[in-house]
Amino acid sequence: MMEKLNTMVSTSSCSILAETQKRFKLSGEQFIEKILMLCAAISILAILLITLFIFSRGIPVILKTGLGNFLLNLEWAPTSGNFGIGAMFVGSLVVTFTALLWAVPLGLMTSIFMAEIAPPRIDKILGSLLELLAGIPSVVYGFFGLIVIVPFIREYLGGNGLSVLAGAIILGIMILPTIINISRDSIKAVPREYKEGSLALGATHYQTISRVLLPAARSGIITAIILGMGRAIGETMAVVMVTGNAAILPGNILSPVRTMTSNIVLEMGYATGDHQAALFATGTVLFILIVLLNFIANLASKAGRVNESN
Amino acid sequence: MKATNRLEKIINLCFWLSASVIAGIFIIIIGYIAVKGFSVVNLDFIFTAPTRAGKEGGISTTIIGTVYLTAVALLFAVPLGVSTAIYLEEYARRKSRFARLVNLTAETLAGIPSIIFGLFGFVFFVIFLNLGWSILSGGMTLAIMILPTITRTAQEAILNVPHEYRENSLALGASKWQTISKITIPSAAPGIITGIILSIGRVVGETAAIILTAGSSLGMPLSLSDPVRTMAVHLYILALEGISLERAFGTAFVIVILIIIINYMAHLSLRRLSHLSS
Amino acid sequence: MANDVKIKSTDLKVFYHDFQALYEINMEIKENNVTALIGPSGCGKSTFLRSINRLNELIEGTSTKGQIYIDEIPLYDKDIDPVNLRKNVGMVFQQPSVFPMSIYDNVAYGPRIHGVKDKAILDEIVEKSLKAANLWNEVKDRIKSPATGMSGGQRQRLVMARVLAVEPQVILMDEPASALDPISTAKLEELISELKNSYTIVIVTHNMQQAARVSDYTGFFLNGALVEFNRTDELFVNPRDKRTEDYITGRFG
Repeated sequence: MMEKLNTMVSTSSCSILAETQKRFKLSGEQFIEKILMLCAAISILAILLITLFIFSRGIPVILKTGLGNFLLNLEWAPTSGNFGIGAMFVGSLVVTFTALLWAVPLGLMTSIFMAEIAPPRIDKILGSLLELLAGIPSVVYGFFGLIVIVPFIREYLGGNGLSVLAGAIILGIMILPTIINISRDSIKAVPREYKEGSLALGATHYQTISRVLLPAARSGIITAIILGMGRAIGETMAVVMVTGNAAILPGNILSPVRTMTSNIVLEMGYATGDHQAALFATGTVLFILIVLLNFIANLASKAGRVNESN
Repeated sequence: MKATNRLEKIINLCFWLSASVIAGIFIIIIGYIAVKGFSVVNLDFIFTAPTRAGKEGGISTTIIGTVYLTAVALLFAVPLGVSTAIYLEEYARRKSRFARLVNLTAETLAGIPSIIFGLFGFVFFVIFLNLGWSILSGGMTLAIMILPTITRTAQEAILNVPHEYRENSLALGASKWQTISKITIPSAAPGIITGIILSIGRVVGETAAIILTAGSSLGMPLSLSDPVRTMAVHLYILALEGISLERAFGTAFVIVILIIIINYMAHLSLRRLSHLSS
Repeated sequence: MANDVKIKSTDLKVFYHDFQALYEINMEIKENNVTALIGPSGCGKSTFLRSINRLNELIEGTSTKGQIYIDEIPLYDKDIDPVNLRKNVGMVFQQPSVFPMSIYDNVAYGPRIHGVKDKAILDEIVEKSLKAANLWNEVKDRIKSPATGMSGGQRQRLVMARVLAVEPQVILMDEPASALDPISTAKLEELISELKNSYTIVIVTHNMQQAARVSDYTGFFLNGALVEFNRTDELFVNPRDKRTEDYITGRFG
C-alpha cells in the first residue's frame, strides 16, 4: 500500500499508468464540473420560465385591452369583460407611499441612532429585534392588523377600519427592517476621517450627522428606500387582511382599497378564461414594476460605490 | 450656547424616542400574540387534527403540511443552490458572462414577491405539468423561491474558506473535487446551514405562494400529490373568514415561536462560523 | 547516489498575463540535498518553487514555457497529470495552514484521498509521519483533538507531517519559518537536516543565515533570472557575480 503511494513516473510503464489515471480522473472531474454548471444554469432557466409563463398569459389581455386602458381604466368587472386595473394600480401606490411616509423618517432616525448614538449593546439588541421583525411572516402581521389596528381605526377615526391607513401602518412596520438595516450599514460605512474632519472643525455631533454623514451615505439610504418600496408593493397577505379590498379608487386614507397583489390572491381561486388571464396581466405589471425598482436600487447602490472610490 | 445645547438635547431625545417606538412595536406585536395565544396552545392543540374547518380541534395536519412542504422545498433547493454556489466560486471565472448572468438571476429571483412565485407555480406546476394543487407543486415553487437565499449564503461561506486550505490540499495531491468535497464544503458547512435555516423560516411563514400551488386542504396528506394546508395558510383562512379567532391566535403563537427558534438557531450557527474562522 | 540530479529545469519561463516572472531558468537540483533559493521579494524564487509542483497554473492567466524534469520525466508534458505529480512533490507554505479537523485527520488526509482506507495502516502512517516531523511526543495524547488549538511552531511541524504522510520524493518549502519564533525555527531547521537523508528538499527563504545553515546548494534569483547557482559554502564565501555579493553582504534587498 505504501509502495503504491510512492509510485512516481520513474519508469516508462509508470508514465503510462499516470496517463491512464489522468484520463480516468479528468473525465470524472470534468463530469462533476458539467453537473455543477448545469445546476447553476437552472436558476437562469427558472427566471426564464417564470417570465415566459406569466407574460404569455398576461400580455394578450393587456394588448387586447390596450396598455393605457388596462392600467388606467377604473372599472374592474371581470365577469362582464371589463379589465381595468386602474383602481388597483393606484391602490398599490397609495398604500405604499402612505407607508413610506411614516416608515422612512422613523426608520432613518433609528438607523442614525443605531449607527451613531446608541451604545454598542443597544445597537446589538435593536439589531436582533429587527432581524426577528424581518422574520415574522406577513400573515402574522396581517392578523395583528386585523385584530388590533383595524378595530382601533374603526373606534377612534371612523369608517369600518379596513382601510388605506391600516394597510399603510402594517406595511410600514414590515418594511422598517429593510430600511433600517441598509441605511445603518451605509452610514456605518462612511469613512471615519469624514466624521473626524467635521468634528475637528468644531461642528457638533448632530451637525456632523446632517451635513457630513447623511450626504455621504445618501446612495445607501436611497437604495434602502427603494428596496423597502419594492417590498411594500409586492406584499400580499398582510395587505389583503386589513384593507377591505374594494376595487374602487380610495377617497381618503380611511377608505377601503385593493392592491394589485390582493387582486391576484383574492380571485385566483375561482377565476377562469379571460378573467384568469387578466389576473396574470396584473401579475405581469407587478413583476415589471418590481424588477424595475430593483434595477434602480441596484443602480443607486452602484453609483454610491463609484462615488466612494473616487 | 445654551440654546444649541437644549436643541441638541431635544434632537437626542427624538433619536431615543424613535428607537423606542421600534422596540415598542416589536414588543406589542409579539406580546399581544403571546398573551392571547398562550392559553390556547397545549399538546392537544398541536397533536389533534382540526375539525369543522378549523373551528374545533387542533392544528396537527397543518403542522405536517408545513413539514412536508419544507422538506420537498429543501430537497430541491439545497442541492441545486449549493451546487450553483460551488460552481460560481470554485469553477467559473469570476468575470465570465455565465457567472455574471447566474449572479444577476439570483439577485432578480431574490427580489420577486412571493405572489409572483405563486402565479408561476400555479400556471407551471399545477396546470402545465398537471401536478394539481399538491405538496409537489407547492414544494417546487417554494424551492425556486428560496434558491437565491441558499445560493448566496453558500457562496459567501465558500468564499470565506481560507485560500490556503485549498492550496495545501492540492499540494498534497488531492484533485479539485476531492479538495472541494473534503475541505471546502466541510469548512463552509456552518454558513451553508445558516442559509438553510433562514430558508426554513421563509417557508414556514410563506402564504401567498403556497395558497396558489398547494391548495388549502385540511385533510391529512397521504402522498406528494395531495394538497395540504400549512400553518400560515391556516391562520390566514381562520382570521379572514372569521372561523375561530381563538384558534387563529393559537396558530399565530405557534408560528411566532417557531420563527424565534429558527432565528436563534441561525444565530448559533453563524456564531460557530465566526468562531471557526478566527 | 547523493550526487544524482533529481530535478532539472531547462529554459523555464513563466508569465502572468503579460508580465514575465521568470527568464530561462536552467538549474540542476541534486537528490538528497537541500537546495536554498534566495533573493529579494518579487525576484521569482517562489514562482520557480511553485513551478516544480505545477501549482502556478491554479492562478488565472499563468503560462509556462520550457521544461522541468524530475527523474528525467518532463513535468509539463501533456501526459502528466498534475494531481499525480503533486503526490510525489510535497509542499510546505509560509503560513502553517492546518485544516479545521483533528491532528490525526490532518495527517491522514493525504493517504485517505489517495485511497488508503485500512485503519491500522492509517494509524501507522500517522504515527510514523508525526515521529518523523518531531511532533509525536508532544501530541500523542491528544491526537484526536482539533489541530487548530496548536501553537505556530507545532502547526508548521504538523504541516510537515501531513506532507510526509504522502511519502513524496521531493519537498518544497516556501519560507516555512517566516511565521515562526526562533525556537520553533531552530526545531524546523533541525528537522530539515534530518529529512534530507530521505528526501530532496528545495527551500525558499529570505533569511540568508538560514540558507547558509541548512542548505547544500544555493541559487540566487534577481528580477526573474537565476543569477548564480553553486554549492552553498562556495556561493556565500566566494560569490562569482557582483550582484550576488551585493545581496549577501546586505547592500540591497
